Amino acid sequence: MEHDLDSCAVSRDQPQSAEEVAAGLREAGYLPGESAALVSYLAARLGKPILVEGPAGVGKTELARALSTYLDRRLVRLQCYEGLDEAKALYEWNYRKQLLRIQAGGAQGGWDEVQDDIFSEEFLLERPLMQAIAGTEPVVLLIDEIDKTDQEFEAMLLELLSDFQITIPELGQISATTMPIVVLTSNNSRELTEALKRRCLYLWLDYPEMEREMEIVHLHAPDLPEALTRRLVEVVRMVRALDLKKPPSIAETIDWARTLLLMGAEDIDRETFEQSMSIIVKHRTDIDLVAERVGMKLGAPTQAG
Amino acid sequence: MSPTASPYGPRAEAGPPGLAPKLLGFCEELRGEGLAVGTSEILDAFAALEQVSWESRDDFREALAATIAKSQEDRRVFELLFERWFFRAAEAEAIERQIDEGGRRHEGAERLDIDELREQIRRAIVDENDGEMRDLVRLAIAAFGRQGEGSGVVGVDVQRIRRTLELSAGTQPQGKASDGAAELPPIDREQLNRFERHLRRELERDLIERTETLPPSRPLAELDRALPTSPTQDLAAVHRAVSQMKRRLATLGQEQRGKRRGRHVDVRRTMRASLETGGVPMHLRYRPKRPRRPEIYVLCDVSTSVTSASVFFLSVLHALHDSFRKLRSFVFIERISEVTEIFEHERDFREIARRVSSEGGVADVSGYTDYGRVWLEFLTEISDDLDPRSTVIVLGDARTNGREPHAEVFAQVAERAGRLFWLNPEPKLYWNYGDSVMAAYERYCDGAFECWTTRHLENFVNVVAGGVPVTE
Repeated sequence: MEHDLDSCAVSRDQPQSAEEVAAGLREAGYLPGESAALVSYLAARLGKPILVEGPAGVGKTELARALSTYLDRRLVRLQCYEGLDEAKALYEWNYRKQLLRIQAGGAQGGWDEVQDDIFSEEFLLERPLMQAIAGTEPVVLLIDEIDKTDQEFEAMLLELLSDFQITIPELGQISATTMPIVVLTSNNSRELTEALKRRCLYLWLDYPEMEREMEIVHLHAPDLPEALTRRLVEVVRMVRALDLKKPPSIAETIDWARTLLLMGAEDIDRETFEQSMSIIVKHRTDIDLVAERVGMKLGAPTQAG
Repeated sequence: MSPTASPYGPRAEAGPPGLAPKLLGFCEELRGEGLAVGTSEILDAFAALEQVSWESRDDFREALAATIAKSQEDRRVFELLFERWFFRAAEAEAIERQIDEGGRRHEGAERLDIDELREQIRRAIVDENDGEMRDLVRLAIAAFGRQGEGSGVVGVDVQRIRRTLELSAGTQPQGKASDGAAELPPIDREQLNRFERHLRRELERDLIERTETLPPSRPLAELDRALPTSPTQDLAAVHRAVSQMKRRLATLGQEQRGKRRGRHVDVRRTMRASLETGGVPMHLRYRPKRPRRPEIYVLCDVSTSVTSASVFFLSVLHALHDSFRKLRSFVFIERISEVTEIFEHERDFREIARRVSSEGGVADVSGYTDYGRVWLEFLTEISDDLDPRSTVIVLGDARTNGREPHAEVFAQVAERAGRLFWLNPEPKLYWNYGDSVMAAYERYCDGAFECWTTRHLENFVNVVAGGVPVTE
């Protein structure tokens, strides 16, 4: 714990307890589970990154967004993909501008001056990671789907995550003036390196329990009657229990709730389900399976009326 | 902590006396289970514990888990060990103070009425009364233990006990309408899961307790690595191992092919590089070469001699199909049959297992494996497609039932394929005993491995990637 927390500008918005974080996230429109709130609190207190893992669509990215709303910080997002390199994640020299500078200033001034000039910060294109630590305002840094990158990239992150600094050969070390809260998400499509994990707090997010999911739906679709909400969540959970290519996420549950509102549905019977099923199930093979397994269990429309 | 230090001296400042050594002991035990708990994790754990209130057991556990257990698997082990650690401490205390549990006294003294127990449990489930459920679960386990039905495998026992208690989601108890049980509402899946969690936890505790005499690290490892009996339960682990395999196979064997041949110039990067030389493209930059996708042929034995393993093998196939686009799978007993289609179009594992057994059409007469014939068929029908880039993986026990093994045909297959691996569901000890002709095939393989757990599968992946085998 070498990072001296007091010197950084986090003390202003340092939460005092996990409950406070939970309440704050709730206000930001995110209903955290117990562990999510606690780990977020620890991350803010200890200045450690959070590594969030879990199935797709349980709100990993959303957690970072809610944290940024709650702490009133800007969200800097780095979306990872295969082949992501330093030039796109950290910084890049603005070649075109450098070239222009050389051409424009070629007549006056010596070469030394030009050289000093073109490797100054003016010609530096700041990419997300750089923005996160070089800014004057503290931010929430979201490194999304870290498992999509190569191990080399992960290694590059280590310096940033443990010391909050970046080394640029031409400029030297750039240390964070403010302490960002870092959230890394992973879908577990490959094992992350031990070194990376070691530097993070670990949070496993799973699909929420029934009650909490109902609460979430209620928060985002408050007009949906309670009984229907319960039914909806029940059906979604039934669908998730099947072995699908892509189980419905929480966001899709919410979308479905809103759709049902628009449709003016009063109950989820077989017909309503089949009409609106495509909102939660998005693979052809999955649709067949779900129609067969779940559709059958739902009552026929005549029974409901 | 040097042995000469006073027990009340320097130690006291690390929190309340006794906690620090306890936690270190806990971490030590976690390490024994294969978790990578480094000094930095321990420091983090202590730092985290300073931030939470210790009165709440959940907060305490979460704070520890967030800093120590860094994967879902680790988390599972952590939960079990955490339970055990505190369970044991409590149990030791109880023995010391001669406290006996009500549930245990039940065991010998009175005969349990299964029907009554059934109804009580059902009521507790509907009421969602955790305390009650736990007590009743213990009673149920005790009752089953006496009948000698415990299989020793937690997953199996959970399902057995559940079935005997006639609990399933969405049903009313049958034939009991007369004695009032039918008044209870049906159990939904959620409640049933909750009950199963209790059942599982108590069974695990039971097992840990029974195996207490073993060195402390043993019981969990055994629990952990047992043959996956329920396909869905272990599917995730198999999928993980296979996705690792994918990465390694993909990057394997790239070196021997001509490095410079057929590379494409990356214009954008070349132009950028040319700035260094005043716009003259002196250094060509190439587009990175995409590794070619490996072609994989998997041959899976589904005969009765490998029944217990074939569920595992099918789940391996299932996972392979998720990861590789160019994969053809075959099942065989007496004859060979391609099942690529089934795996590509069907997602549900149980459905796959059903269709493979019904449509595979691999058992002709006797239902005994005929390896020799399988190789002949494979060679004549498929091996034209084999080339040095293809990898063949055989999953089988090499038990020919006394028939001609046709090792020379197998050798031809091995020659045409780039690489050939054999995964055998039997321990190495049993190879070549009885009708197993493993040795005849083994010398043509690039590798033969025993494989009946996900750990073995990981081991296989490691070896394939040129790494060091995981020590047993």
